Amino acid sequence: MTPKPNHPTPQPDKRSTPHSLLPIPYSLVSRLTDHRTIGIQYLILALVSVIIGALLSLLMRIHLVWPTWPLWFHGPILPEDYLALVTIHGTIMLFFVLTTAPQAGFSNLILPAQIGAHSMAFPILNAASFWLTALALLTLLSSTFVPGGSAISGWTAYPPLSAVPSAGPGQGAGMDLWLISIALFAIASTASSINTLTTIIRHRCPGMTWERLPLTVWGWFTAALLSIIAFSVLLAAILLLLCDRHAGTSFFLPTGDLINGIIHKGGDGSPLLWLHLFWFFGHPEVYIAILPGLGLTSMLLANFSHRKVFAYRTMIVTTLLIGFLGILLWGHHMFVAGLNPFASSAFSISTMAIALPASAKVLGWLATIWRSRPQYTTAMLFALGFVSLFITGGLTGPILAQPILDQYLHNTFFVVAHFHLIMAMAGVFALYAATYYWFPLITATHQHPGRLLSEPLGRLHFWCTLIGAYAVFLPMHLTGLAGEPRHYSQLTGIPGPGGALSPTGQLLAHTIPLNLHITYAAIFLVTAQLVFLFNLFQSARKGRLAPSNPWQATTLEWLPVLNPFPPIPASDKAEITVLRAPCHYSSIHIGDTFLPQWVQQTVQPSIDDTTNAKPE
Amino acid sequence: MLFSCIARPSGSASALLLAPWFLPADASAHGPALDHHLLLNLWIALALLALAHVILLLGLILRRHSEAVSLKRIEYLPLTALAILFSFLTIKAERLWAATRYTGASLTALQIEVTGVQFAWYFRYPGTDATFGITHPQLVAPGEGNPLGLDPTDPHSADDVISSELVLPANHEIDLRLNAQDVIHGFSIPGLRLKQNAVPGQIIHVHFTPTVPGTYAILCTQLCGLGHYRMNATLRVVTPDEFTAWQTAHQKESTP
Repeated sequence: MTPKPNHPTPQPDKRSTPHSLLPIPYSLVSRLTDHRTIGIQYLILALVSVIIGALLSLLMRIHLVWPTWPLWFHGPILPEDYLALVTIHGTIMLFFVLTTAPQAGFSNLILPAQIGAHSMAFPILNAASFWLTALALLTLLSSTFVPGGSAISGWTAYPPLSAVPSAGPGQGAGMDLWLISIALFAIASTASSINTLTTIIRHRCPGMTWERLPLTVWGWFTAALLSIIAFSVLLAAILLLLCDRHAGTSFFLPTGDLINGIIHKGGDGSPLLWLHLFWFFGHPEVYIAILPGLGLTSMLLANFSHRKVFAYRTMIVTTLLIGFLGILLWGHHMFVAGLNPFASSAFSISTMAIALPASAKVLGWLATIWRSRPQYTTAMLFALGFVSLFITGGLTGPILAQPILDQYLHNTFFVVAHFHLIMAMAGVFALYAATYYWFPLITATHQHPGRLLSEPLGRLHFWCTLIGAYAVFLPMHLTGLAGEPRHYSQLTGIPGPGGALSPTGQLLAHTIPLNLHITYAAIFLVTAQLVFLFNLFQSARKGRLAPSNPWQATTLEWLPVLNPFPPIPASDKAEITVLRAPCHYSSIHIGDTFLPQWVQQTVQPSIDDTTNAKPE
Repeated sequence: MLFSCIARPSGSASALLLAPWFLPADASAHGPALDHHLLLNLWIALALLALAHVILLLGLILRRHSEAVSLKRIEYLPLTALAILFSFLTIKAERLWAATRYTGASLTALQIEVTGVQFAWYFRYPGTDATFGITHPQLVAPGEGNPLGLDPTDPHSADDVISSELVLPANHEIDLRLNAQDVIHGFSIPGLRLKQNAVPGQIIHVHFTPTVPGTYAILCTQLCGLGHYRMNATLRVVTPDEFTAWQTAHQKESTP
């Protein structure tokens, strides 16, 4: 007997019969459209992506300082190989890790519960978004195996380099696959964002007013708004570029453009149009990557300090302000790209303006933890690390926002250091904080409660990662100030007039000692992540079982009825009502009293069972 | 004060101040002001970095205390201070930017055309008639000594000098017209604190005055293809006399 996918008789709620999850189509469909399953699928996809992306960056670092080192099964890394590494590293990290994991992975897992909903608004669209994202990743990775290899034009894909196949190896089939991959990703992200927005707007439980929304939800909300605006423009830009490549249009190609002996005789387009369209997407994109992390950091600092979030309403306003200003400053990527100098001045001012809501957030965090003697769980350590990296990476933002300084620093390693600290490292720290914090919710099943990651291993992982991150990216500021440009596949033995003795050779040679240090630090940083992977796989199988609210959290995702364990029959599901804003802690001593958003009584003893996690 | 000591960088004092930040020595007229502003920014960033981390660590170390409440003292006051600081930096930067970019070169500036091609820079001097000859992409033939596609029928093209090395007289204003034949390139001279993309289909002017004779690196700073890393050239800043001699020598070469 095989029931049809749309079985006419109502199926018993799967929560009430946890042992009857037969692989019949109906249960398969319901499982594939379950938001928790989709969230975990996204996180696995991001984990695979981040491992690939990190290994690619190691290859780049190794090649920069030991250029003759041959890659196993490949041979020496050629200049075009290096640029393919740059392109795939950037694309995979930005799209498939920093966008996917926080905005699709954790939001699917946690967001519905945090607003008291049992599911996302559009489960089938949700599943479709994931599989489209997976297809996009496969398309991107497959470009390595086509003739010419992957695209070499970086994640920004500036035309004419990206518009004409003869412009270089990888710019033929590899570039097409890159464009198709990102187009699929853009569609998936837009759909996923519509789902997120609808869920937040329509599915909040009674009592969950906008002001009571956890700041993580505000982060997801703002990032979803930005995603819809940004990814739709990117999709349009990609379609135009595909038309330039295959339909004979000239959106981005000027008349008379001569590449490798081939003259463009069509209409007169402008490469700068792509820069505008791309960065109109690209800059909001970096806020999409970091906004959920900003929200999570606020919540974790308050949770483990047993304090309210300082100036909650300001935190909400600054989140929205960062989102709004984020779409007004794309031009700061184009100060020296041929923009009108007056436009550069305008973009410089809007960019400087965003430093203020960002600073307001930092001040709020510092005030939240000020003299709080917080509980140093691994999740808290990573949240504190996020604050540190956000400050360090953020302070170079206003420097790069000044066109006259960008005239020297543009496309040097100073910029690489800036965005790796504030976006990549801070973003990854937020993901680690989320993983250590929510691991019990990720691993919970109908059969057993969730598990905790090992705290001693977590602390080791944190300190190694923090030291590694600073050891890699702080010196890059100096090599950038020394003039080292990005995207150079070689720093020694540059052919050209004079070779190593030429002024260029000397300029680059000055950076070699620091670059050697950076490479050693990068090897250390990547190796340290093995501690995390070991902890992840070990704890997923054998980790300590978590109590229902291990961190004394106040937000709804820890409400048992919203989680798989213990299974609660559908008939017992009382309606969830929210009574107050999150982070209601008594301010006298650590861990004395706390009041979750859903609890009726005025004071609840925090340590009510002996299994309560006390990671100290 | 920290900043007063870098207020007037000159000679070896400026070199000493640039050294801890790894900046190459500076050789352009607008450079010292730019360096001064950059160093000011870097020291401010470093000071704020230290301050924020001291507050962060102190807040963690000190005994637990009732939570902060004063929004005015903790949020608005520091934000106002930061807003004033950032406004000051922005205005100062805008003035420097305006001084170098808002207006074109003076009429007496030396005109030189820079063309970026995968993966080389070409420099064209207009010659005695002070006019660049017309170029056509159809005529480009690097193997036959015509890398820019100079039209031989145009009378202005006969005296044009094309060089793979940029030679400039010291203390004379230069007006570069940047353009690219194929893809976007980034024209950068770190020693002159100068960077501007060369975009195909567009002519972009930058003007500056080199001050210190010597040789300097010219780089490509916009990813332009597999040879991006080796797309470099050399700038030679020479005395006005040497420059005249170099020009006459090359003029003779090109008009036999």
